[in-house]
Amino acid sequence: MKGAVLLAWSLCSGSVFGQVTFDRLLNSSREPQNWVTYSGDYSAHRFSALDQINVENSNKLMAKWVYQTGAPADGSNGRFETTPLVVDGILYGTAQDGRVFALDARTGRSIWRYERQLPRDIRPCCGRVNRGLAILGDKVFFGTLDAHVIALDAKTGHVVWDVVAVDYKKGYSFTVAPLAVKNVIIISPAGGEYGIRGFVDAYDAATGQRKWRFNTVPEPGQPGIETWEGDSWKTGGAPGWITGAYDPVTNQIFWTTGNPAPSNRGVGRSGDNLYSDCLLALDADTGKLNWHFQFTKHDTHDWDATEVPVILDIGGKHLIVQANRNGFFYILNRSTGKLLSANPFGAVTWSHSKDAEGRPAPDKDIEPTLEGRRLCPGAVGVTNWYSPSFNPQTGLFYVTTSETCDVFSSAPQKYEAGNAFYGSAYVPANDSPGGGAVRALDPLTGQLKWEFQHLSYSPSGLLSTAGGIVFTGDAQGNFIALDASSGKILWHFQAGGEIHNGPIAFAVDGREYVAIGAGTSLFAFGLP
Amino acid sequence: MNKLVLLALTATLCAQDRNPFANDSKAAEAGQSHFRINCSLCHGLGAHGGGRGPDLTHAQKKHGNSDADLFRTIHDGVPGTDMPAALGSIGVEMKDQEIWQVITYLRSIEVKAPPLPGNPADGKALFYGAANCSKCHMVEGKGGRLGPDLTKIGNARSVESIMESVRDPNRQLSDGYQTVTVVTADGKESRGFIMNEDRFTVQMMDTSERILLLEKDKLRSFEKSSVSLMPPYDKTLLSDNNLQEIVAYLLTRGAK
Repeated sequence: MKGAVLLAWSLCSGSVFGQVTFDRLLNSSREPQNWVTYSGDYSAHRFSALDQINVENSNKLMAKWVYQTGAPADGSNGRFETTPLVVDGILYGTAQDGRVFALDARTGRSIWRYERQLPRDIRPCCGRVNRGLAILGDKVFFGTLDAHVIALDAKTGHVVWDVVAVDYKKGYSFTVAPLAVKNVIIISPAGGEYGIRGFVDAYDAATGQRKWRFNTVPEPGQPGIETWEGDSWKTGGAPGWITGAYDPVTNQIFWTTGNPAPSNRGVGRSGDNLYSDCLLALDADTGKLNWHFQFTKHDTHDWDATEVPVILDIGGKHLIVQANRNGFFYILNRSTGKLLSANPFGAVTWSHSKDAEGRPAPDKDIEPTLEGRRLCPGAVGVTNWYSPSFNPQTGLFYVTTSETCDVFSSAPQKYEAGNAFYGSAYVPANDSPGGGAVRALDPLTGQLKWEFQHLSYSPSGLLSTAGGIVFTGDAQGNFIALDASSGKILWHFQAGGEIHNGPIAFAVDGREYVAIGAGTSLFAFGLP
Repeated sequence: MNKLVLLALTATLCAQDRNPFANDSKAAEAGQSHFRINCSLCHGLGAHGGGRGPDLTHAQKKHGNSDADLFRTIHDGVPGTDMPAALGSIGVEMKDQEIWQVITYLRSIEVKAPPLPGNPADGKALFYGAANCSKCHMVEGKGGRLGPDLTKIGNARSVESIMESVRDPNRQLSDGYQTVTVVTADGKESRGFIMNEDRFTVQMMDTSERILLLEKDKLRSFEKSSVSLMPPYDKTLLSDNNLQEIVAYLLTRGAK
């Protein structure tokens, strides 16, 4: 098997840029030397079939190059959240403030760099971040903090088209890595903290023309409007700031949504608040909603469902699973959206029963109060946006977790366009356990198989490989290789800055690399 | 609002030295809302201090007391600390007007500085003398390194809170001063506090103020503790009167 994989990538390596067709994206498993979508493939497994770096030799890993993206304009260290793409020896990444770069993936040397002059009054809730690109044809695509969608020539970095999706002054921004499907670019905004009305958009990859929009908060006359009180739908939130998945068999795009707004106050928006905190199954050609599943109804704890949904085909079952921020691991039939199971994978105090559909039902008295009410998990969740990984060889689902409890408070707040719209706040409970971990779960049951404990909360995504490794990172700057079957530490490297993104693997000229961002720099590792 | 008034207000806002909303109760109410959203994560819901940020109800603020000082602290952040600029880096995003409203709110809940509980000069003598405080704590560059620098403690903590920390130092360890005991492979035991740590290494200061740089997997044992290196100063070690004098000394330092 090892030889076969080596041969496959040798055949493709050494070539200069080739067109990235939809067929290549569909069949990304045929070219494991490349990393062609945010999660590596349409199923969002964040798994690499490369095995040159493996359990036996990972202790010899060493830094091959470092690319410094520079600090964001606000002077902070910020958060470097990108997942790069690699195609035919060229690595494409984004950095804070809407920078985009193309590098020689063997050396880290720059090929081109795009810089964007952002307006002073952008409204990013949580740092001047960007999580990456989509690639299709001869272009790369990304969204900006001032709510533009932009296509760059992949060979030069020159702007091919630049469209305004929405008025950023109302609190919209793009931080998500788009997803290229067929001939369109799927993207969705952030802004749940500003009372936006969320949507999922599809843009023609060739022209930038918008092909469809699905509003994640319905308007009068549309199904779901009955789940909003009065005019609260107008500022209902439900952003879509994490990249989804695509199922070519059913031609469905799976996209997740975030919190309803205001995040900490349910007064004035009584009802389930669809389609906040949902998994949406959208027809890829029309954007029509086929089905939805809401993880947290009428959320008042900022438990966005913007965690990567993962497509699984196990034992003849066509599933989609999600480790949700509210602390439950959900397994759904991806054709129908029917819930098959939901089990906690961390400390949860908000639900001790199930409803008729098997969905965790909220206990009484969990709503935030003026003085504050303690609840677990805290707003950061048992997990969050950082990518999980599914390894078909071990059959395990790996996820970064944290154990937190917050005191959630609520107070009236008037909506003002473009202003933060939280309806109060949350603070860590005095007895919040803290701590973070990597957990390996059985994806059919959610049962814990092993756990690796971090020193503290970790915002790192995960990568698993055919080499039997799970790569993770921590808030103290360590990039860590774990044995995928046991969680045992194999290797680590101190990168000097918080790891706040997901690792990838790629190969050039027959040599495998693993890349991760730390601080404001991108690191690539390989064998001697 | 006529143009002249608007012009005057704009000039005031731009000058950033005087609060245009001073004593405006509606502005204070708005400021409370902004405070809860942007500041309470570190400073607590009622501004009484949290895990990372000091109590802001004191009249004396750590980084300056004037309206202009407060505006600058909130607007620009404090380099070298966890206090970010109000630019939306990590959840903090306020316009100038909102910052002034927060300042109005903070002024509305300010507690006047209590009278000094004792004689600062006597407190200073105790601090550097019989009470042995300076063996571990520093004030204005003079003293030990094993405990927190107390130069500005009078701005960050209430009199009651300082006294409580002396009588019962284990109640809440200061950030960055967690106690650790290590035993190296050759059996040598060291005790001190953790200066920095990750999953694999620890950087600590022992009770002789030596910095030890250690790899965890090479240690025979590594135990963290929430018991402070500082002994509880009960009334037999330090009388109420002497404690009040030491606190009076610290309050005068913080006010400088």
